[in-house]
Amino acid sequence: MMGQPEPSPLNPLPLSIRDVTVAYHRKPVLWNVALDIPTGSLVGLVGPNGAGKSTLLKTIVDMIPRVSGEVLVFGQPYRKVRERVAYVPQRESVDWDFPATALDVVLMGTYGQLGWFRRVGAKERFAALEALRKMEIEHLAQRQISQLSGGQQQRTFLARALVQHADLYLMDEPFAAVDASTERAIVTLMRELQTQGKTIVVVHHDLHTVPTYFDYVVLLNLRLVAAGATEEVFTETFLQKTYGGKLTLLDEVGEAMRLRARS
Amino acid sequence: MHDPLPLLRLLPSPAALLADGLWRVVSLQDYNTRIVLMGTILLGIGAGLLGVYLLLRRRVLIGDAISHATLPGVAAAYLWTASAGGDKSLFMLLIGAAVSGSLGGMAVLALRHMARIREDAALGIVLSVFFGAGVALVSLVQQVPGGNAAGLEGFIYGKTASMTSEDVWLNGSASCLVILAIVCFGKELKLLCFDAELARSQGWPVLTLDTLLIFLVVAVTIVGLQAVGLILIIALLVIPAASARFWTHDLNKLLLISALIGAVSCALGTLLSAAYASLPSGATIVLSGCALFAFSFAFGLEGGVVWQVVRRQQLRREQEFQHLLRAAFEILEDSGELPEPTVSLKSSRPIAIEAIGQLRGWTQRDTRLLAQQMAKAGLVVLDRHMQLQLTPRGFLQALGTVRDHRLLEQYMIEEIAAPVGAADRGADYFEHGLLPEHLAWLEHSLTAEGVRALPPSPHQLNVNVHESQDTPSPGDSETGKKPE
Repeated sequence: MMGQPEPSPLNPLPLSIRDVTVAYHRKPVLWNVALDIPTGSLVGLVGPNGAGKSTLLKTIVDMIPRVSGEVLVFGQPYRKVRERVAYVPQRESVDWDFPATALDVVLMGTYGQLGWFRRVGAKERFAALEALRKMEIEHLAQRQISQLSGGQQQRTFLARALVQHADLYLMDEPFAAVDASTERAIVTLMRELQTQGKTIVVVHHDLHTVPTYFDYVVLLNLRLVAAGATEEVFTETFLQKTYGGKLTLLDEVGEAMRLRARS
Repeated sequence: MHDPLPLLRLLPSPAALLADGLWRVVSLQDYNTRIVLMGTILLGIGAGLLGVYLLLRRRVLIGDAISHATLPGVAAAYLWTASAGGDKSLFMLLIGAAVSGSLGGMAVLALRHMARIREDAALGIVLSVFFGAGVALVSLVQQVPGGNAAGLEGFIYGKTASMTSEDVWLNGSASCLVILAIVCFGKELKLLCFDAELARSQGWPVLTLDTLLIFLVVAVTIVGLQAVGLILIIALLVIPAASARFWTHDLNKLLLISALIGAVSCALGTLLSAAYASLPSGATIVLSGCALFAFSFAFGLEGGVVWQVVRRQQLRREQEFQHLLRAAFEILEDSGELPEPTVSLKSSRPIAIEAIGQLRGWTQRDTRLLAQQMAKAGLVVLDRHMQLQLTPRGFLQALGTVRDHRLLEQYMIEEIAAPVGAADRGADYFEHGLLPEHLAWLEHSLTAEGVRALPPSPHQLNVNVHESQDTPSPGDSETGKKPE
């Protein structure tokens, strides 16, 4: 972004992905992705289904092994800077019938900083309530999570990310199946985080809202199609490249490799 | 007095015998019963606590695989000590069980991680292969001199009678182990069970935590072999936890209730088995647990089926009240006899309930019953001639119901171009789901000049739009959406 200081060893980029390739059983899911995200940007990660968007986020937080390449978060490997990163999984990835209240779920965000054996205390509780208040669901703190609407569940997840007081937020489809007011609340939250100098990467599906929500766009479809300021990258040509058919050859070769590995 | 049950007098002795036996057991006169009872209760507590985490991690069946996988270990340990010339020692047998049980648990994890086999398949394979190997080894044991008396079947079906104070200590330590793990790693296990992805992103060793769970299952299983046997130990892990789910949504309470149910079912089962010596304890413990589960399933305060049915009926009655109120209101409105709430509010003129029944398509009997219920609730007054008057309270409630209905009708007509009849039927169905925020939204979005206290009906009130149906079904709402 303009006005940002040049990245330097003292001021490293929040996210720098170098030639990352990820494969599930030899079938490539991400191929040779290289990407630098400037500090303080609000990034929309866009691409068709199966383009590897969620995989990219999971790769960043070391949840999925890489075949090759390197991910640097604030200039270091992820495991050294975990505390500065908050990852928000897809809402459907958990069982919302779990015996917990909204407050319990938000408190889980503090577990990483607490570490082994230490228990949740008043400080954590206060931070969690504060995060719930920011998401405008403080009154639901003691509500069972199964009794929350989809939008309220998503707000709970975001509140959980907020208590991690991270500098880099990775959100996997926070807008999926939420009501209009939750969507507005999430956008407001992201803008607020951005003004605090945080960097936010969001997997997003709704192309119509991309230009209004994000100032930086990453177009992904197995490989990186384009990344940059929204007005430069979110164009007909690049979108055509992203959505207009897959990389047929690579895809077929990948499939062949997978089959060969099995036979 | 006449004895209503003459048959009982023909069978006095068994009943008396049973009562006597039961009394001896319940009063804990036998040292052995006391020992066994204490042992199984401790086991029930440990298994109940651990079961909660297995259930929440959706790993219940791994307990089954592990318990079946202990059999080859038990048999191999027996063969080994026998070949070394030693005596059968319980300790060695349990070590064998622990080793092969752990191997079984690890095999499930390994199969899933390395070979892309689904968890259920991995469980099935491990369970059957290990158990098969166990059966083969047990038959070998029986060919060894003295092997027939080894009593390894006790490990399969459970045999509490042979429990000693040593076993009580063992069961107690296994339960303490479980409690210790929950105290030390409660927050980590909770995170693991709810959101393993977040746990991984925070850097928690998910595989290690899963392995911890497996080792706890092994510990509980091997001490439980004696009491309930390896086939039924799974019941102790799953039934208390599953029953407790019907009582609370709070994890800590869930743990307590599950431990309690585990302890109670073990105690009941042990007493039953001690009173009727032919009943194996494993079976009686499982059946006691099952009875507690059935009770929880029916009457549990959080989702018990009976309360669900009651609640559904309450809702239905509420909806029928609303329908009747609206029908009465519209009859009054149609004949220009609505009370004026701002001037004076008194009971309305009497309406024949036949007219209401006709409007709603209800039978006379149903209408009368409903009107009687509503009279009890103070919403209407019903006289001897089956004439009904809306009380002031009933009238105000009717006004609200009619208003909701008409707002929704108007919405359907304006926004989704529903035909008037379909909108009426659709509103009939959907009006019961309206929340205050929906109403607020309807009021603001429908008409620019604001909604009158009572919007006019879009259709003629005396037109019978409910010809063929009594209560609307979901199918009607479909037609409410689509113009025919």
